[in-house]
Amino acid sequence: MIVSIASGKGGTGKTLVATSLAHALKGRMPVTLLDCDVEEPNDHIYMHARLLRTEPVTIPVPFVDESKCISCGMCHDVCAFNAIAVLGSAVLVFKELCHGCGACSRFCPVGAITEVPHEIGVVEEGDADGIRFIDGVLTIGQPMAPPIIRQVKQYTGTEGVTIIDASPGTSCPVVEAVKGSDFCILVTEPTPFGLNDLRLAVETMRELGLPHGAIINRVGVGDTRTEEYCRDEGIPVLMTIPLDERIARSYSRGVPLLEALPEYRERFLDLYKRIRELVV
Amino acid sequence: MKEVVVLSGKGGTGKTSVVGAFAALAGRKVLSDCDVDAADLHLLLSPTPLEEHEFWSGQVAEIDAEKCTRCGLCEEACRFDAIHDFTAARVGCEGCGLCARICPAEAIRMKENLAGHWFVSETRFGPLVHAKLGIAQENSGKLVHLVRQKAKETAEHAGIEVTINDGPPGIGCAVISSLSGASLACIVTEPSISGIHDMERVLSVCRHFSVPAMVCVNKFDINEEGTRQIEEYCAGEGIDVVSKIPFDTKVTEAQVQGVPIVEYTDDERLVGPIAGAWKAVSARLDAA
Repeated sequence: MIVSIASGKGGTGKTLVATSLAHALKGRMPVTLLDCDVEEPNDHIYMHARLLRTEPVTIPVPFVDESKCISCGMCHDVCAFNAIAVLGSAVLVFKELCHGCGACSRFCPVGAITEVPHEIGVVEEGDADGIRFIDGVLTIGQPMAPPIIRQVKQYTGTEGVTIIDASPGTSCPVVEAVKGSDFCILVTEPTPFGLNDLRLAVETMRELGLPHGAIINRVGVGDTRTEEYCRDEGIPVLMTIPLDERIARSYSRGVPLLEALPEYRERFLDLYKRIRELVV
Repeated sequence: MKEVVVLSGKGGTGKTSVVGAFAALAGRKVLSDCDVDAADLHLLLSPTPLEEHEFWSGQVAEIDAEKCTRCGLCEEACRFDAIHDFTAARVGCEGCGLCARICPAEAIRMKENLAGHWFVSETRFGPLVHAKLGIAQENSGKLVHLVRQKAKETAEHAGIEVTINDGPPGIGCAVISSLSGASLACIVTEPSISGIHDMERVLSVCRHFSVPAMVCVNKFDINEEGTRQIEEYCAGEGIDVVSKIPFDTKVTEAQVQGVPIVEYTDDERLVGPIAGAWKAVSARLDAA
């Protein structure tokens, strides 16, 4: 089973839910945790994984052999991303704009373009005391997260549960992270910002046809509109987590929730049971 | 034209609450919301929309089932895994057009893509330029660029010198579009291990694009040891920590009321450091 965790709004507790669910299920089944928030991966803080392997993530970008190039401009014409320009006899490649589609090399009439790997980040594989833990890290200054997310997702487990922690928002990195999962948990807050962004996240789930439910975190501040929205829209509220200074303080120091407050173990096991019932 | 962008790396550190307060504290300025995936600034500023525009960006492939000979060449050539069973998925297609060019039956057409909407609104704090990216769309970076551009144009028209831009979380495409060429980045962080880790990454992005940065520590009293670590890190990097804002549920109460925190309370303990942050930003913009 693949369970992804998204939110719309940032800072609602995705990482808290992903790492706590992994810790609760460990020992009961094979657990794989994939941190797909490759812009700001944080699961490692709570997993204390032993790093086993690091592999680069590259996208293929064009390399032009100027001795063969006839400056015909075909590569520029077929590039949808303005990543290659022909100025007189010089060809300029803008790697940061290149999506690696391969059109330029394919259509070059004289075979002057080959593709070379351009590194945009890394994927790290580790072992967190029996949990298989993978994260992706986007290199500073690189814009494109989806290729790294795709590579992290190659590690999706074939047995037990795979938990995918997505980034905030609703655009391409989130879609890339959650697509293909059996269920998506949307972590939100009982505040106007939480609700506004939950609505967007729900629309994304509906567009993708993904079964989903909500966890409302920090209940006790804010208002009841998030809960009312879930009720009116028929979105199951899988769990609520109260605003608890003990959670905020221990969590801010990097202490996993189940270590600080062991009573949450049962609650996360119940959460998983609930999701299983909803997926079947 | 002076442009400040508020960023954080980690989401949920309080960017939008800080920008809402800046909106109420600053003199003449144009505001913009560059978090086009999950825009929230309008919830504090009660905008009245003046203009709504469509944002067309990129293309998506569409396969004509009648012309398609099911040869499978497109599926094989697509690097984005966007074609299955002789159908192109809107979600996943990056619009490169390779499939349309190689289809021997000319069955694939590239269709212009409506990727979202953008708005110019009036608020009691000044003009606001904001946007809504379509659900599960690409190209948030381009929409961010457009929002910033329109904010600058709106300011120029009105003879306004400053734009204050609420940025997205992360360090990728949308952040780079919000940041590159700005006069100043104000980083709102929190003293948690993840907040600090993410702040360090977004400060590296600022350095990469040569945008000067300053730091505000929000909820500084949640972990005072963490706050000290932030101060030490910033001192080592030559970055000013201009304000330390305490944790206070009044910030959430103000959000529920839909007003900036400085209009909700005059509690000096809370409002003082936020006003101090604006003073520091404003002084840096004047000097820029």
